[in-house]
Amino acid sequence: MIIETIRTRLADPGARTPLLIGLAVVAFGLAAPSLVSSYSLTLLARFLAYSILALGIGLIWGQGGVLSLGQGVFFGLGGYMLAMHLKLAGHAANDLPDFMVWSGIATLPLAWVPFRSALVSVIAVIAVPGLVAAAFSWLVFRRRVGGVYFALITQALALAFSTLLVSQQSLTGGFNGLTNFSRLFGFSTNSNGFGVGLYYVTLGSTIASYLLLRWLMASRFGAVLRATRDGENRVRFLGYDPTPYKVLAFTIAGMLAGLAGALFTLAAGVISPAMVGVIPSIEMVVWVAVGGRGALWGAVAGTLLVNFAKDEISSALPSAWLYALGLMFVLVVTFLPEGIAGLVQLRGLATGWRRLGLALLRPRNAE
Amino acid sequence: MTETAFFLGQIFNGISVASLFVLAALGLALSFGLMRVINMAHGEMLMLGGYLAYLTLHVVPGPLAILVAMPVAFLGAALIGALLEWSVIHRLSSRPLDTLLATWGVSLILQQGARSLFGAIGVEVVAPRWLDKAIRIQHGPLAGLAVPEARLFILALTAAVLGGIALLLTKTRLGLYVRAVNQDRPVASATGIDARRIDLMVFALGTGIAGMAGVVLALLGPVTPTVGQSYIVPAFLVVILGGLGSLTGTTIAAFMVGMISALAQIFVDVSVAQVLILVFVILFLQVRPQGVIAIRSRALES
Repeated sequence: MIIETIRTRLADPGARTPLLIGLAVVAFGLAAPSLVSSYSLTLLARFLAYSILALGIGLIWGQGGVLSLGQGVFFGLGGYMLAMHLKLAGHAANDLPDFMVWSGIATLPLAWVPFRSALVSVIAVIAVPGLVAAAFSWLVFRRRVGGVYFALITQALALAFSTLLVSQQSLTGGFNGLTNFSRLFGFSTNSNGFGVGLYYVTLGSTIASYLLLRWLMASRFGAVLRATRDGENRVRFLGYDPTPYKVLAFTIAGMLAGLAGALFTLAAGVISPAMVGVIPSIEMVVWVAVGGRGALWGAVAGTLLVNFAKDEISSALPSAWLYALGLMFVLVVTFLPEGIAGLVQLRGLATGWRRLGLALLRPRNAE
Repeated sequence: MTETAFFLGQIFNGISVASLFVLAALGLALSFGLMRVINMAHGEMLMLGGYLAYLTLHVVPGPLAILVAMPVAFLGAALIGALLEWSVIHRLSSRPLDTLLATWGVSLILQQGARSLFGAIGVEVVAPRWLDKAIRIQHGPLAGLAVPEARLFILALTAAVLGGIALLLTKTRLGLYVRAVNQDRPVASATGIDARRIDLMVFALGTGIAGMAGVVLALLGPVTPTVGQSYIVPAFLVVILGGLGSLTGTTIAAFMVGMISALAQIFVDVSVAQVLILVFVILFLQVRPQGVIAIRSRALES
């Protein structure tokens, strides 16, 4: 089926260039382990994990018009739950994780028990963020609270979540978070082969998430979601209740964030409150803002671009990064609200206008 | 210390935290009512006020220097606020979510600026002698109750600011203009009111009040580059609870949040209290999604 779709797209001159670029990017992604250094590959795996989350922001913010400043919460839920399993899997059956021993805890806390099972953990990584996102967004959206209010409430959620993680030291590892992982599904997580395997899993998840969202956006669900963004009351007058559409979009974004958190935790080898709080949550939005909220590929491109830039800038000039991030927010939002994707589309528009101009000129020339 | 005294002390704590929330949220609520935008850099106006107090106390000697710091912080923060409104916010006036993001960028820059200038650790502002004691009750059923003077000072300041704003809004020509633009911007503009100027003035007034709040924050603890952050997220929740730019609503909401936070802290630690406040806000919105005070309007989309 995919081959068939690709063949028809190749025949259409308008769709050909984007498809070819996309295939080239995927080909580079597949070949990356033999092209770049192993350090760059770990970075790429981390940032690809981020871009799964960014795709979720692209869905709710770009397509649904709902700004969430709390995606770090769902990212953190996924990351922490996988980390809990990793901590337990790295020890003998009855040993406690190191930080619990330091806190003087004798028996495994109840919240940790289910994560002994690898299967439960893998399901929970996606299901729990989804459930939390669904419950939370339903409570807020059903009373038609949205826009700025929703953004501020999600920010309060991110703050509450990260302070709670810090304060519940004996349960969460506190400020330092969870780290020192050794085994997953019987494999050693520190081997080179595991890193490459993880990279491919992350790449595959990113591509799959992108295609899933493309498909969703082309469906009726996508049409109603976009209509809700552009005029929520008009959608109501047409007989639709926008609430379930917004809740579903937010839930999908939460699940993607949970998956991203789990993959990130594996790639980075650590998850801590500093990665899921207020500032990281809003940084996630800037990735999408830079890439372009209007197009899903913009979310991925923006995430990779901003994070590689961050890596470069903060290793050269540590204090400069926050200035750069702040300026990026102001400049992109003020002067380039559609991001990089908007620039590309503008160029497309420009050629469109030129073609239109030529078409208008031609008959006159002919006369 | 008797249990009643402890309980009363906690209530008093709640009131004084609430009055800080009032000062922090007032400016947010005023400009939210007028322009429908939230300034995420508002917390940095608190920080700015704190650092201005620190600098003022270095230059001005004597016990009343803190009273000099008040107008200095007000003017400093109002100036920066006006600059922010003029350069960023009014350009984005019809895009409230983008304003949120752009002003967050400004807040990061201001925080990092403070870090470069004053260091990450923070500076201490020493409260003058007349403010660093506590009124203690020695005898009777309330023995052990201590009321710090600095917190009484905050209460007095909040009452004065609230009274001042109420007078400004109801008794002056400027206040009349503000209410007119608040009710109906196009019609107000049609009668010759310069709505742009009103936006700018109200915004500067709001950030100025936050600057003064920063001075009292400096009396309570060290001034750090992120000092505003811990007060600003509750202040955002206060604005949501209060209802669209209503001053009465904001004040009531600030007291609700302050009280819940102080009373919850009798039983649980600060981080759990924070979660409880958020749960309260979400539950409250189930009952009254439009906030404490709803302005009746026939407009479909506000």
